[in-house]
Amino acid sequence: DASLTEVNSFSPSVPISPSSMMNQYKFEDGPELRDLFITVDDPESHITAIETFITYRVVTKTSRGEFDSSEYEVRRRYQDFLWLKSKLEEAHPTLIIPPLPEKFIMKGMVERFSDEFIETRRKALHKFLNRIADHPTLTFNEDFKIFLTAQAWELSSHKKQGPGLLSRMGQTVRAVASSVRGAVKNRPGMFTEMNDYMETFSQKINLLDKIAHRIYKEERDYFNEMKEYGPIHTLWSASEEDIADSLKGIASCIDRCCKATEKRMAGLSENLLPILHEYILYSEILMGVLRRRDQIQGELDSRVDALANKKTEKELFSEEIGKLEDKVERANNALKADWDRWKQNMQCDMRSTFTNVAENNLRFYEECLATWESFLASQTVDLHVEEDSEDRP
Amino acid sequence: MEDCLAKKMEITVSEAEKRTGRNAMNIQETYTAYLIETRAVESQSEGQCAPVDSLWRRYSEFELLRNYLSVTYPHIVVPPLPEKRADFVWHKLSADNMDPDFVERRRIGLENFLLRVASHPVLCQDKIFYSFLTQEGGWKEMVNETGFQLKADSRLKALNATFRVKNPDKRFTELKHYSDELQSVISHLLRVRARVADRLYGVYKVHGNYGRVFSEWSAIEKEMGDGLQSAGHHMDVYAASIDDILEEEEHYADQLKEYLFYAEALRAVCRKHELMQYDWEMAAQDLTSKKQQREELATGTVRTFSLKGMTSKLFGQETPEQREAKVKVLEEQIQEGEEQLKSKNLEGRDFVKSAWADIERFKEQKNHDLKEALISYAVMQISMCKKGIQVWTNAKECFSKM
Repeated sequence: DASLTEVNSFSPSVPISPSSMMNQYKFEDGPELRDLFITVDDPESHITAIETFITYRVVTKTSRGEFDSSEYEVRRRYQDFLWLKSKLEEAHPTLIIPPLPEKFIMKGMVERFSDEFIETRRKALHKFLNRIADHPTLTFNEDFKIFLTAQAWELSSHKKQGPGLLSRMGQTVRAVASSVRGAVKNRPGMFTEMNDYMETFSQKINLLDKIAHRIYKEERDYFNEMKEYGPIHTLWSASEEDIADSLKGIASCIDRCCKATEKRMAGLSENLLPILHEYILYSEILMGVLRRRDQIQGELDSRVDALANKKTEKELFSEEIGKLEDKVERANNALKADWDRWKQNMQCDMRSTFTNVAENNLRFYEECLATWESFLASQTVDLHVEEDSEDRP
Repeated sequence: MEDCLAKKMEITVSEAEKRTGRNAMNIQETYTAYLIETRAVESQSEGQCAPVDSLWRRYSEFELLRNYLSVTYPHIVVPPLPEKRADFVWHKLSADNMDPDFVERRRIGLENFLLRVASHPVLCQDKIFYSFLTQEGGWKEMVNETGFQLKADSRLKALNATFRVKNPDKRFTELKHYSDELQSVISHLLRVRARVADRLYGVYKVHGNYGRVFSEWSAIEKEMGDGLQSAGHHMDVYAASIDDILEEEEHYADQLKEYLFYAEALRAVCRKHELMQYDWEMAAQDLTSKKQQREELATGTVRTFSLKGMTSKLFGQETPEQREAKVKVLEEQIQEGEEQLKSKNLEGRDFVKSAWADIERFKEQKNHDLKEALISYAVMQISMCKKGIQVWTNAKECFSKM
C-alpha cells in the first residue's frame, strides 16, 4: 500500500519536528501531498413553516482531475451528513467509517441550537469530512464527491435514486437470518482478537470519558468557589492599613489563578472531551464493522452448509460459492488494512490529546507559579525596606 | 525593655493524652490532657542544660487561666485559646474533638497561647500564670482564692446589650468597629477557604482514577502500553499529593483563626472602656441631680417636677428642720459622689492610657503576624504549583512516548 510507505519515509528537506512527524502520521499522504482540502464553517439557521434547522457551509478545494472545478462551495444540513455516512457504510461494509456527531446530546451540558452546541457540532462535522478525505479508499467514493460538489436540488434528486431504505433493511434481515453463530465458529483468529480488543477498548474509553467529565465538573466547582475567595481579601484590605497591600496582592493572585482555571477547563472541553467522545463512537462503529464482516462470512458459511448434503448441486453453485468466498476475502482484507490504519491513527490521536492535556495543566501551574512568585517578591522587597529603615538611627 | 518570661523559660506543650475521669458532677467522662514542659533557659556560659519540669493540664484549666487573666487585666488584649470545638471544617476534616488531627492542632494552639502570654510584657509577670506552668496540685484552688470571679463584670458577658454612652473615646468606638469587621471578614474567609479546599481535594483525587484505567488499557496495547502505564503512575502521585498540601494549609487557617478570636479579646477591652465610661457618666449624672436637689432645697425653688414636691405642696411644706436634715444628707452624698467621680475619672483615664498602649502593641503584633501568614500562604501555593509542574512534566513525557 503506497500510502503506508509514505508515512515511514521522511524527505530530508522536511524538518523533523515532533509536530511535522505527527502530521505525517495523521494524514496518510503528508500535508504536501494532499489534493483535497475541505472546511466546514458558517452555520446558518433556517426557519420554515415546518421546522428550524441549521446548514453549514462546506468549501472544497482540490486539484484532482475527476473534479470538474478546483473549488466548490455548498451548504449542507445534518441530514445530508447522515445520508453520506449511510451510503458509505452501504458501499464499504467492512471499512471503518468515521463517526458523526450524534443527533442530540442529552448530557445536559448544552442546549440544542445553543452557540456551544452548534460550534461543537461544526468541528465534529469538519473532522468527519476530513477523515473521509484522508481515507485511501473512501476519498474516491462517488457519493462523497456528490456530497461535496452538488447544489442542493442536485443532491436531493440524487438521494432519491439508488436502493431504497426497505431493500437495505431486507438485506440486513437476511444477513442476520444466516447463522451468525456459524460465522463466529469459523471466524479467523485475527478477528476474534479484534473483537476482544474492541470490547476492552470500548469499556476503557467509556470509563475515561466519565473520568474526564468528572474532572471537568470538579474543576468547575473549584472555579466557582475561587471566584468568591479573592474578593474577600479585597474586602478585608478596606479595614486594614499596614497589611492592606498584602491583602490586595493575595486577592489579585487568587483572581489570576481563577482565570487560569477557566483556561484549563476550556482546554479539557475543547480537546480531551471531544476526542474521547469520538472514540466512544468509534468503538461502536468498529463493533458494527466486525459484526458486518461476520455476517458476510455467515452468508458464505450458511450457503456452504446448505449445500453440504447436495453433492450434485454443489457443482452448479460453485460459482455462487466462489463469489461469496471472494466477497469474504475482500471484506477481510479491507477490514485488516483499515484496522491497522485506525490503530495507528488512534495511537497518534491519544498521544497528542493526552500530551495536550499535560501541556494544558503545565501552562496552568506555570501561570499560577509566576503569579505567586511575583507577589512573594513584592512582599520581601517591602520587608527589606522595613529592615533597612530600622537600622537607621 | 521588660524581660518577659518567654526569654527566661522554654515552654512547650509536648504531648496530648486521652484520659477518663469523673467530673464535678461525678459523671464519667473522657477528656484530653496536655503535657506542659518547662525548662529554664541557662545563659551560654553555663553550658549545662537545665532539667525539664512537666505537668498535665486539661483544656478547662486553660480556660480558667484565661478567664482569670481577662478579669484581672481588663485593659490587656488577652491572647485567645484555640477553638473549643472544630469549626470551619471541610469534608475530610473531622469535627470530632477526640480526632487525633484535631487534638494535634489543639496542642499546637495551646502551646502558642502559653508562648503569647509568656512574651507579653505585663501578663508574663503574673504569679497565677507562673504557677499554672509549674505547680501541679492546688492550682485551681489558688485561682479561686484570688476571688477574681467577684471582680468579673457580668455585663461584659452580655455582649449584645447596648449601653448609651454619651462621650466614649472615639478611638475605642473605631476599634470596636474594626474588631467587628475583622471577625466578620475572617470567618467569611475561613468558610470559603474550607469550601475551596474541599473542591481542590475533589479535583486532585478524581485524577487518581486515571491510574487504574490507564493500567487496564495498557494491557491490551502493545506500543502504547508502557507510556500509559507510567503516565498512570504519575496521575496516582498527583492525586496523593493533595493530602500534604491541604494539611499544611490547615496551619495557615489556624493562624487566621487565632486573629479571629483575638478580635473578641479586642472587643472585650473596648467593652470594658464603654462600661467604665457609662458608669462614670451615670455617676456624673447622679451627682448633678443631687446638686440640683440641694439647690432647690436651699433656695426653695422647684426647678424640676418631683412627686415629693407636689405632695409637699398638697400636704403642706416641710419644716425648716426637716429641710436642713435633708440638705445635710445630700451634702454628704455629694461629697462622696465627687470623690467617687474623681477616682472613677482617674481610673478611666488610666485605663484608656494603659489599654491604648497594649492596643498599639497588639496592632504591631497583628500586622507582623498576618503579613507573615499571608506570605506563608503564597509560599504554600508556590510549592503546590512546583509539585504540579513536576508531575505533569513527567506525565507529558510518558504521554509523548505513547
